[in-house]
Amino acid sequence: MKQLIQGGRVIDPANHIDKKADVLVEDGKIAAVGENLSAEGAEVISAEGKVVVPGLIDMHVHLREPGQEAKEDFVSGTRAAAAGGFTTIATMPNTRPVVDDAAVVRSLQKRAEDEGIVHVKMIGALTKGQQGKELAEVGDMASVGAVAFSDDGHYVQNAKVMLNGFDYLRSFDKVIISHDEETSLVEEGSMNECHRSAMLGLKGRPTVAEDIAVMRDIMLAEYAGARFHVAHISSAKAVEIVRQAKKRGVRVTAEATPHHLTMTDECVDLKDSATKVNPPLRGKADVEALLAGLKDGTIDAIATDHSPHAEEEKDVEYALAPSGFPGLETAVGVLLTDLCHEGKVELPLLISKMTAEPAKILGLTDAGTLSVGAPADITIIDTELKWTVDAEKFYTRGTHSPFVGRKLKGKAVLTMVDGRIVMRDGAIE
Amino acid sequence: MRNDVLHEALMKFFTDAVRRLPMKELSGLAKNKVSLRGKHVLGLEDFSREEIELVLETAKEMKSIIHRDIKKVPALRGKSIMTVFYEPSTRTRSSFETAGKYLGADVVNITAGTSSIVKGESLRDTLLTVEAMGFDAIVMRHKQEGAAEYATKVVKHPVIVNAGDGAHAHPSQGLLNLFTLLQYKGRLEGLKVAILGDILHSRVARSDIWGMRRMGIEVHLAGPGTMLPRFLAEEPGIFVHERVEDAIRDADAINVLRIQLERQKAGLFPSKREYARLYGINNARLALAKKDVLILHPGPMNKGLEISPEVAYGDHSAIQEQVQNGVAVRMALLALVLMGGKAQ
Repeated sequence: MKQLIQGGRVIDPANHIDKKADVLVEDGKIAAVGENLSAEGAEVISAEGKVVVPGLIDMHVHLREPGQEAKEDFVSGTRAAAAGGFTTIATMPNTRPVVDDAAVVRSLQKRAEDEGIVHVKMIGALTKGQQGKELAEVGDMASVGAVAFSDDGHYVQNAKVMLNGFDYLRSFDKVIISHDEETSLVEEGSMNECHRSAMLGLKGRPTVAEDIAVMRDIMLAEYAGARFHVAHISSAKAVEIVRQAKKRGVRVTAEATPHHLTMTDECVDLKDSATKVNPPLRGKADVEALLAGLKDGTIDAIATDHSPHAEEEKDVEYALAPSGFPGLETAVGVLLTDLCHEGKVELPLLISKMTAEPAKILGLTDAGTLSVGAPADITIIDTELKWTVDAEKFYTRGTHSPFVGRKLKGKAVLTMVDGRIVMRDGAIE
Repeated sequence: MRNDVLHEALMKFFTDAVRRLPMKELSGLAKNKVSLRGKHVLGLEDFSREEIELVLETAKEMKSIIHRDIKKVPALRGKSIMTVFYEPSTRTRSSFETAGKYLGADVVNITAGTSSIVKGESLRDTLLTVEAMGFDAIVMRHKQEGAAEYATKVVKHPVIVNAGDGAHAHPSQGLLNLFTLLQYKGRLEGLKVAILGDILHSRVARSDIWGMRRMGIEVHLAGPGTMLPRFLAEEPGIFVHERVEDAIRDADAINVLRIQLERQKAGLFPSKREYARLYGINNARLALAKKDVLILHPGPMNKGLEISPEVAYGDHSAIQEQVQNGVAVRMALLALVLMGGKAQ
């Protein structure tokens, strides 16, 4: 079976391609990328006026399965991914039970195969039960396919445990992803510590909590000679700490989220818990530092930290609401609207941060590229399509997003996984 | 006689009866340019200067009612008010209740310990229950910041009056402080007010800051560094000091906040003794302020800790007056949001 994606602007950062070209897909694999490819015997998919990119990768997603299916599961979560243009997502292990042994990893892989419509990679817990005390069976999990390890949602408070993690995982060449906010400084905090938090009386989560945590983990990774990835970096100082570490040759990478790249703590409104997220939305200077870091390569990847919660959980007083919101279905629109169309970031750079770069961090050789022979995971983006974010139309179970009601320009209009079209014009096929 | 005819006749009788009653104290409402009718009272950040002035003017009229032999006007007759308190309170709850009753409203109180709240009923369901009973206003206190804002999303008909939500806001306290300042000083614009103590956890301090800044008062905050929120002084007119002396100097008034004793256990100050010595307000410190300095305290006081008895009961103290003003201001608030005056 052949498909020809015709006439689009093909951006494939992994192969340094950015030109008008056709993409030929044969039996679920990329067969050719070039100009005026023959359409003979192929189903033609017109991409005229649109952008054709490797299927997007989101390396930081919470699918909530097992145990929290009221928030999300593999069915709803992978559909949300497809709707947003993502063909590969990596799901975090802070589920109930925690994904901290190979048996759970395997059973989830089976669930993903049976129910998922995009590729799902498993991130295992770094410590047993994400308790931050003893290492989980990371070697076992790595051998069955866990792509990285993280106690995401929690900061590993004990430095010796973290150092053990770095030392132990070095030989497996797997990265540790850390949610870096020093616990004692953020307990009960609901928003960035800033003038607004001072005036609203909301307990703050200061940037210094992130800065010292990022600094500690970088120092430990450097000492151990191991790989380390900063999840959802949000503070200007932390960006500078990563920049300096990279200059010294530390094997550190970092990701930023669409919301931290585009929104500030000024958005926080006590009436709507949608803006509550960890780390919190930061100040204007932090957002600018994130953009600078994105452009100079300090920040390697964009990840959504897709964190859906059930309507009834989020629909409570601001201080009581759980942190996080869904991000898979709004990422492309928000990034194009607020970064690309505003002239802040060039489209190829953005695509690189959502394809080739996260693939590199997670060691995925079969994703994030349009190389001949690679699985035909392809996303077509209409950068000019105008739409309004409507929670009613979400595939995710999460409802509270700070982007609800936003008028956006740009959207994924087709998602192909292994040559199979899973989303066309916003509808799951 | 058919039921609806009977109903109509009764209504006419009552309406006329109400009209005949002396209500001159409320006659001024209609003349104002602004109206608070139907407005949720969440925090003073939502109040314009004109709206605050309207409350203060109305409260002055209300205060005269408290001094009457018959303390009852029918302004809110037929209106119903539920107070919902998730946190303990003596003066605020009883002050709202008294205010509602002086105005002729029916007031019902529920508190966390004696209601379905202890059975785990969510705030949403409690609010919907109150709304279903037909209440026109819900006066609520809750430990979570933003609880009152959340309530406005849940109910459609009742007006929400925030009687304190976490460290966020206590708007009626902010208004009664302004009312008391105006009573003693004859003006608000240009005053210098010091607020001392645990600013970080204080909803009173925040409502003071919003309200006082709106009225042109310079606000000087002081307390131990552990109890001062960072980044507060980013706006003009707000000054943060780590030595109480610097805040008090030449102050027209000092609002002394209550120190919650559990803050010591949380490590925010080393001992009561040290707090009293370094941050407590006493006659020696009072000498730094203006001669006619006014002392406010939201109560209940820890005498000998944040305030010495000689100051609490001294000539400068307006602490008892604040309590009476609290009733007047709450009468004004309830009357304005539940009857209002039409904007012209």
